[in-house]
Amino acid sequence: MKTISEAEIEEFGRELDKIRDDVIASRGEDDARYIRRVIAVQRALEVSGRALLFASVLPPAWLAGTAALATAKILENMEIGHNVLHGQWDWMRDPAIHSSTWEWDLVSPARHWKYTHNYLHHKWTNVLGKDRDIGFVLLRLSPEQPWHPYYLGQPLYNAILAPFFEWGVALHDLEVERLRGGDKSWAEVFAQVREILRKAGRQAVKDYVAFPLLAGPLFLPVLIGNFTANMTRNVWAHTVIFCGHFPDEAATFTEEQVEGETRGEWYLRQLLGSCNLTGGSLFHIMAGNLSYQIEHHLFPDLPSNRYAEVAPRVRALCERFGLPYNTGSLLRQTARVWKRVFRLALPTPTPKSRAGCPTPALTQAA
Amino acid sequence: MTGLARTPIDDVTLRLADTAAWLTTPLMPEDYLTLINPLWSSRELRGRVEAVHPETKDVASLVIRPGRSWSTHRAGQFIRVGVDIDGVRHWRTYSLSSAPERGDGRVTITVKSVPGGVVSTHLVHRTTPGTIVGLTRPEGGFVLPEPVPSRLLFVTAGSGITPVMAMLRSLARPGEMPDVIVLHSAPTREEVIFGPELRTLAGRFPHLLLHEQHTRSSGRLNLSQLPDLCPDWPERHVWACGPTGMLREAETYWREAGIADRLRMEHFRPAVTTSAAGGGGHVRFLVSGREADADGATPLLVVGENAGVLMPSGCRMGICYRCTGRLRSGRVRDLRTGREYGEEGELIQTCVSAADGNVEIEL
Repeated sequence: MKTISEAEIEEFGRELDKIRDDVIASRGEDDARYIRRVIAVQRALEVSGRALLFASVLPPAWLAGTAALATAKILENMEIGHNVLHGQWDWMRDPAIHSSTWEWDLVSPARHWKYTHNYLHHKWTNVLGKDRDIGFVLLRLSPEQPWHPYYLGQPLYNAILAPFFEWGVALHDLEVERLRGGDKSWAEVFAQVREILRKAGRQAVKDYVAFPLLAGPLFLPVLIGNFTANMTRNVWAHTVIFCGHFPDEAATFTEEQVEGETRGEWYLRQLLGSCNLTGGSLFHIMAGNLSYQIEHHLFPDLPSNRYAEVAPRVRALCERFGLPYNTGSLLRQTARVWKRVFRLALPTPTPKSRAGCPTPALTQAA
Repeated sequence: MTGLARTPIDDVTLRLADTAAWLTTPLMPEDYLTLINPLWSSRELRGRVEAVHPETKDVASLVIRPGRSWSTHRAGQFIRVGVDIDGVRHWRTYSLSSAPERGDGRVTITVKSVPGGVVSTHLVHRTTPGTIVGLTRPEGGFVLPEPVPSRLLFVTAGSGITPVMAMLRSLARPGEMPDVIVLHSAPTREEVIFGPELRTLAGRFPHLLLHEQHTRSSGRLNLSQLPDLCPDWPERHVWACGPTGMLREAETYWREAGIADRLRMEHFRPAVTTSAAGGGGHVRFLVSGREADADGATPLLVVGENAGVLMPSGCRMGICYRCTGRLRSGRVRDLRTGREYGEEGELIQTCVSAADGNVEIEL
């Protein structure tokens, strides 16, 4: 990888700004139709899935129902919820599809998540000590994190986290580690816990009480179907999200590195800390277009359906400036994530500046 | 639903919806039902455009079927209409031109496409039957009192005829008409909105006198002509609707006659003066966390909407106070008067106020 000068970084940033402006200028009716169609398909799938589960005396109906419901929940969480909460559709001024009014089918209240995700994670992407999404405070995913015997168990923690990912996200949003430093009071945490319990309670009643009861004698198959759909969604979300930032080639940064960062440098950090996934258009929709993680991190508030069209332009820019553009198949990237989980479970020397990570002022990508 | 009594059926529906919400949480049952029929929404009043009738070359009437939570209007009232153009929702205020007694569950608005007017042009020329629009319930005090006075005078110009048309249609319903004089101005005979219908009404009712002032050939209506056109004008209840200049003249005329209380007026457009523009500045919307740079001539409402904030809005001309937001810091300028104002904590009208320096507002 060749060195990139400060002037080149700013030029890179201006080029990205241009891409962003082009998309904003061309946002319109087709995009609006896209998100409304995805929402309609998602709701129809959900209703069909639940209806099929009610017919689950026939095993194929149970299977089809569970699959439809899981698909609906994945769409709801990823292509719709995540992206609406990013404000990607706020420009339509439709109060029904707006980041300030949206609530999603997860145990964590959207309001909490918007703070930890949109602000902490997207502003401070892969900055150690700032971005709490690095290992979700649970895992050691960067060699700069000091090792502790606790991390020996992290392959197991991660395997447990995957199916219960929505609970992981809810607890993660509590930021309990800030209690120790006194940055956050117990009262604040309790208030948040109450909100989570209220939300989670309704979620649990819906999937594990109300629908099973309505199914009468099919109580158990419906309950198991709903549980399976939730777990499937959780594992899928966990897999896609971990592939976005934690395959081996994604870089992490220190707070000193990002101090006084310019717009160009911010863009560069977003690029170096993110990894794309390759696949067909259906795969991208099911991944909430987080398979275009690089584009999503460069332009978190552009409509997700446009990432595919800007990706080649971003990639061409990376080639022009000699910057890496990390991408791979889901299988390959998942393998790399797990490799990292296993490797960093063991003590490793804490490097001063890791290979694949830019030098302190972010002025060159080594 | 102000002023409307809830029926037992509404109560049952509400309770059912509450129960069903346990099955749809975090969404509401209507989030699914409105995919079948958008008009079933109770959270957001909507209407379906069922027909578009051209009135003149740049004016059309839209026949709209409102959804369930509509409440019957009074002739002369206005509604707000939300229309999606290029994927973006725009809200504008229009008078209803249909009589409340119409009886087929539909209402009409009559829109004049103004040059450069994104929304009016879209509604007049590019809206097709089947389009779903957002609506608000009817409001406004530009209405006929009960009982209707025996002698009335309407002074209108251009599209100012629309609320008056609703009144005339309503008055004509019983088959008889009180003593009515309509003084209407339009550039030419062809450009008189509802021209044929007005003339038919005037032919049908001997007590309805219609005076058309075609301004291109005969010049503007001067109120000094009033005693000739309508000798008993001081005894009549007056409804005036039209451009700001005309209304200002009328206001002065009736005030000087000492009978200002007889005159009711409906404004259509704000009197914004470009010379009122201030310095502009950086605007922070505290609740939504959005920020934007604003120039001194753009209302904060528009600045917020363009920044993706769900801004409350209403008349967009500084009269309904639905768009207000609490100012946290900075000063703003009233685009109608040029007056600089704004104390911390003051509720300001975002539709007619522009930033004068950096501004923080609780929206």
